[in-house]
Amino acid sequence: MVTTKSNLERVAGGPFRWLTKFGGSDLPDKLGIREVTERALHGVGAAAGRLMSGAPRAPALARLARRKTSDASRARSATTPASAPPATATPPSRASEPARLAAVISAGAFDLAPTEDQEMVRATARRFADETMRPAAHAADAAVAPDPKVLAAAQELMLAALVVPESAGGMAETRASVTTVLALEELARGDLGLALAIAAPLGVATALVEYGTAAQQQRWLPKFTADAFFPAALAVLEPAPGSDPLRPRTGAVRVPGGWALHGAKALVPLGQSAELFVVLAEIRGAGPRLFLVPRATPGLTVTPQPAMGLRAAGLCSLRFDGAFVPDDALVGGAKVDDAAFDPAELVGRARIAWGAMAVGGARAVLDYVIPYCNERKAFGEPITNRQAVAFMIADLAIELDGMRLLVHRAAALADRGAPVAHAAALVRVQCGAKAMKAGTDGVQLLGGHGFVKEHPVERWYRDLRAIAIMEGALLA
Amino acid sequence: MIDLEIPKKLTPLLQQARLVANNVFRPISRKYDTKEHAYPKELDLLAALLDGLNDGGGGASAKSLSREKGAGGDARSTDEPAKKKSRNGANLSTVLGMIELARGDVGLALTIPRQGLGNAALAAVGTEEQKQEYGDRWIAMAITEPGAGSDSAAIRTTARLDGEEWVLTGEKIFVTAGERANAVVVWASLDLALGRAAIKAFLVPKGTKGMTVVRLDHKLGIRASDTATIVLDECRIPKANILGSADIDTKKAFAGVMSTFDNTRPVVAAMALGVAQASLERTRQILREEGVDESAELLRLEAELEAARLLTLKAAWMADNGIPNSLEASMAKAKAARVANELTLRCLELVGPRAYAEDELLEKWARDSKILDIFEGTQQIQMLVVARRLLGKTSAELR
Repeated sequence: MVTTKSNLERVAGGPFRWLTKFGGSDLPDKLGIREVTERALHGVGAAAGRLMSGAPRAPALARLARRKTSDASRARSATTPASAPPATATPPSRASEPARLAAVISAGAFDLAPTEDQEMVRATARRFADETMRPAAHAADAAVAPDPKVLAAAQELMLAALVVPESAGGMAETRASVTTVLALEELARGDLGLALAIAAPLGVATALVEYGTAAQQQRWLPKFTADAFFPAALAVLEPAPGSDPLRPRTGAVRVPGGWALHGAKALVPLGQSAELFVVLAEIRGAGPRLFLVPRATPGLTVTPQPAMGLRAAGLCSLRFDGAFVPDDALVGGAKVDDAAFDPAELVGRARIAWGAMAVGGARAVLDYVIPYCNERKAFGEPITNRQAVAFMIADLAIELDGMRLLVHRAAALADRGAPVAHAAALVRVQCGAKAMKAGTDGVQLLGGHGFVKEHPVERWYRDLRAIAIMEGALLA
Repeated sequence: MIDLEIPKKLTPLLQQARLVANNVFRPISRKYDTKEHAYPKELDLLAALLDGLNDGGGGASAKSLSREKGAGGDARSTDEPAKKKSRNGANLSTVLGMIELARGDVGLALTIPRQGLGNAALAAVGTEEQKQEYGDRWIAMAITEPGAGSDSAAIRTTARLDGEEWVLTGEKIFVTAGERANAVVVWASLDLALGRAAIKAFLVPKGTKGMTVVRLDHKLGIRASDTATIVLDECRIPKANILGSADIDTKKAFAGVMSTFDNTRPVVAAMALGVAQASLERTRQILREEGVDESAELLRLEAELEAARLLTLKAAWMADNGIPNSLEASMAKAKAARVANELTLRCLELVGPRAYAEDELLEKWARDSKILDIFEGTQQIQMLVVARRLLGKTSAELR
């Protein structure tokens, strides 16, 4: 690893730093991907060599070198002296300025290939899903709660570092929607309920990175990149039929020294354990805003809300009866007319994340039914020799790929800082329909065996019903 | 880097295609739907323009289609970039251009001179000499026979070598541009006993003795495009006019001309996308003017169309980057064609009587869209291709 690391030092970019840190932990060995990690890093090294010959990245390299010499200063890089930053990144800045991620600059070409570092993140998530999530899924579904050991193991993946900027203790330089959807698809393929539990805090971290004040970021973001899993959840969805996430009935009323929240939220993940909720509430005359609501807030009642599926996420309902939060609980600060927060973008990015969940869930079904149906015999031959069966599977694959492309397009737009609301609306309507089709066809293809809990397809059926219903909770 | 936006460098090309669609195709769309079999002479000028575009390196033309061989390939030495640069080539620009043209009128797009399916086959598998001789002609493709549709292995047209000439005999139907083209690529068997491995393609210039256009079909849609029945009766062509090898390799059934379809299926998918887009745009406009709110249904249709569009771009992008794409080409064709048919029909329902009447082109688009789910491989054939690939089945196992 020594040579690999020295190559890495020459390269900038959040995922690379994630790789370095990740490679230094013993998790690659646990996951059995040390070899693939090193192979990937070899390629990175070659790229770094070329970069050096052109030598255009000196400032980033200098920053990396600084971190190398003083690793402890990493989490406080707000104090970094002002050497010229790369043009694309927000400079590590005064503590009064919030840390934000720079937009990704398009290379101007239609391209479906992830970067090598994204490929690495994806491989890591895939392995974790196969080896840790899938075996724990059945029990978590029955327990209506995630296994804390799985959450702790997930924290070792350091996914939060991919979405939190360097200057706030993470490793990201640029927006990471694409990286997030790639990881989410893999986690959801492992198990949708557990993926929701694991990724819910990432949604909160992303909201703070996008919209939080410097003080809010400094108070909360370190918890997400720390060693212990920090349970937190974004609460957007409301219980009323046909409710519009952009017009929440949950309201925030100005009271001396802060805000009083009234209303209800539904299907909030990690409800039993979350220490922090980030709640979308309407300020009359100013539209919806996000509020930081710690669990212990008087006037907040958390009630378990077991549902048809996503049970492993520990879903709860929240009720606010004049729950008081102080002024600084308003995400982004008191300037209530602040144009920086666009609720349509928030809702859109949640829909992109749920699209990735749909893709992962549908892939779980596809990967399961292909070998099952190829082996299952009826009338003397594999049932896949019949078009009625084979075409259902072909359809599943076609719609799955269509969903994935819609998700990737929307995520790539988000990374560029382009408006995503419309692309995300397309993701939602398509994934809502096709994910459920995958779920119901998955059970159908196994027949009676699909209806019993010896096979996971009945769970996916229940989980995938959520795609068209959920709002918020995740962000990409 | 994942990025699914249309590259800026294609903007001028696509703007030109849109200009053609709006100003050349649309104004004569109804005229040639009504006057079936009349030659749309307005397109001669257009063809000249397209030829110019193609010579300039970019163009929405079947001719420019080809598979990039080993682009980005296997070279991974230390001084080779680990990251391959994404190539946006002729397949992507052709598909995008075709969406625009078919949005104007898919029947007319199908009958642009010198843009026949045979031109694509020539580009894919023709020799340099053949390209020299036939490159500037309009070439149709003749596969289907009265007794052989989707099952192209069942064709009965024969080719027999007699000295320095091939002698072709048989009957071909549903030949797009069969009357207007200057040459036809004819599929024929060297030995009926050897099945699909013996099927080869031959370049037959129009005017060759023994080849006759005997009939033009009257159709449900794409009436601007002629669909011919061609009879070959001891039709003699030079030995050099075979496309691909004359060897019969039973292991490599249909390799060769059949691979043309990996490149042309996304183009037919693009035609479907264009027709569907036209319908959706017009429906949205009418409903807005009439104050009818069908936004949820329109969003659903748009999402289906967008999924189909991205699948099509993916198949084209793979071809441009030398990645085998026959699975993805079939996925794109299957999805785009069925979405286009469903969408164009649904739009008639949403708009109602005015759309069903010939007052609007919506009824025409709903007729035109049907063929796109049939030619270049029906929906069912595409599903077979996809299912066999996914499930690892042979054509004997999954029939």
